Amino acid sequence: MYNEKVMDHFFNPRNVGEMENPDGVGQVGNPICGDVMRVQIRVKDNRIEDVKFKTFGCGAAIATSSMVTELVKGLTLDEAMEVSNKTVAEALGGLPPQKMHCSNLAADALHEAIKDYRSKTSVAG
Amino acid sequence: MTSERNSPARKVYLDHSATTPVRAEVLSVMLPFFAQAFGNASSVHRWGREARVGVETAREKVAYLLGAEPSEIVFTSGGTEADNLALRSTARLLRSKGNHIITTTVEHHAVLHTCQILEKEGYEVTYLPVDEYGMVSVESVIEAIRPETILISVMHGQNEVGTIQPVEEIGRVAKEKGILLHTDAVQSAGKVPLKVRDLGVDLMSISSHKMYGPKGIGALYVRKGIKMAPQITGGAHERGRRAGTENVAGIVGFGEACYLAERELAEESRRLTALRDRLISGILERIPDTVLNGHPSKRLPHNVNVSIKYVEGESILLNLDRMGIGASSGSACTSGSLEPSHVLLAMGVPHEVAHGSIRMTLGRMNTVEDIDYVLEVLPPIVSRLREMSPFSAPAASETSGGGRNNVQ
Repeated sequence: MYNEKVMDHFFNPRNVGEMENPDGVGQVGNPICGDVMRVQIRVKDNRIEDVKFKTFGCGAAIATSSMVTELVKGLTLDEAMEVSNKTVAEALGGLPPQKMHCSNLAADALHEAIKDYRSKTSVAG
Repeated sequence: MTSERNSPARKVYLDHSATTPVRAEVLSVMLPFFAQAFGNASSVHRWGREARVGVETAREKVAYLLGAEPSEIVFTSGGTEADNLALRSTARLLRSKGNHIITTTVEHHAVLHTCQILEKEGYEVTYLPVDEYGMVSVESVIEAIRPETILISVMHGQNEVGTIQPVEEIGRVAKEKGILLHTDAVQSAGKVPLKVRDLGVDLMSISSHKMYGPKGIGALYVRKGIKMAPQITGGAHERGRRAGTENVAGIVGFGEACYLAERELAEESRRLTALRDRLISGILERIPDTVLNGHPSKRLPHNVNVSIKYVEGESILLNLDRMGIGASSGSACTSGSLEPSHVLLAMGVPHEVAHGSIRMTLGRMNTVEDIDYVLEVLPPIVSRLREMSPFSAPAASETSGGGRNNVQ
């Protein structure tokens, strides 16, 4: 069902965990659907210095979460906003069709984290 | 942890409710019917007669398992076709008498989807609710009966959560009211005693590949005197109840599987029950926040179904598979739809808990060592996934002992 790369990210996920006082947090999905992804970012000089995730979900949900963190570390916020769910699926070498909609939400969680950061910093002035 | 996925320490198949391997004894009696006794069982000549003997001997063995007469056994392509035949035939033939069917919300899709189609054709169907254990009440059956009720269809052993329904009591009600009773006994056959006269059923579906026989063959028990409207029409096979040249080798294998199952039933049932309870209590003791799904005692001897909170079923299955363990899940991800198991939802299990359900169904080859291997491997898998989960309780709670649970 899943290719080798997806299985690698599933069994050896990158950047799992939580950070203290993250600059931005994004969460998407809901437990009723069976997938929830939470992404935290640390921002320095408008770049994603560090990123962590926690995910409740299937193999694809965990693998896409892992992949998005790997893809965006070091990118500027604008560059990271360009990384889409499709980019993540392609970077994993593809996902089974039935997983494309329900479990491929990791980039959305990242975008929420960036928006969260931007809303806080704009308020802070 | 290494990434050595292809050479687990042990291989443990725990998905016997999905399908079972063909027993060696079964395979060996089937083999002559492929190339030697290959005749069409309807033919007059010696090849045909040989095949006919194979089919009729097998029919006697299937009847032996069910305590039925051989003439009451109709061979089908499997459990799904048997369910379809029971429902569609009864609906059509009794249309002048009524148009109401009673079934439950936890039936197999072979019954549920057939009922939904019958509804579109003008039949009315009552889907009885179940309690937290997945059990239907006899009172709810009685309340649902109307003058136009023509059929009650209640499964015997539930395929996902293993709950055994009160078919015998429902049988008494049906008989008193003169309503036909069908039971899908696909998961119960060969696991628990299943005598049609004791149960008081008129129609019963069973399947070969769930009991160490080949795939592609099953049977519908049809009580003597009940007419059948064939769904598959053609020749006069199966006394006009199901057309098509008999799958002779499949039938022979199925017969042998039934014979062996009946002969070994009491002992194997006891053995499986002990393994089942060892696995259930082991999981509930070693993994906090786990819940047994289904009835604790009125339960198929080989069924274990637990919900593991804060984790999702497919991710557990993938990890178990890497460790050589084959199981299944009621999560949406494994059902091919967006909804988790309709059975768990009908029992009132919340969506997020249903997504974390794991079914392990035991079989002949499983040993105590297999169970202990699962109990060794599963807790660290759950710990790791919970550490990854945004809902999880603190990781410190993942140590062994003293889990909260709701059973026994």
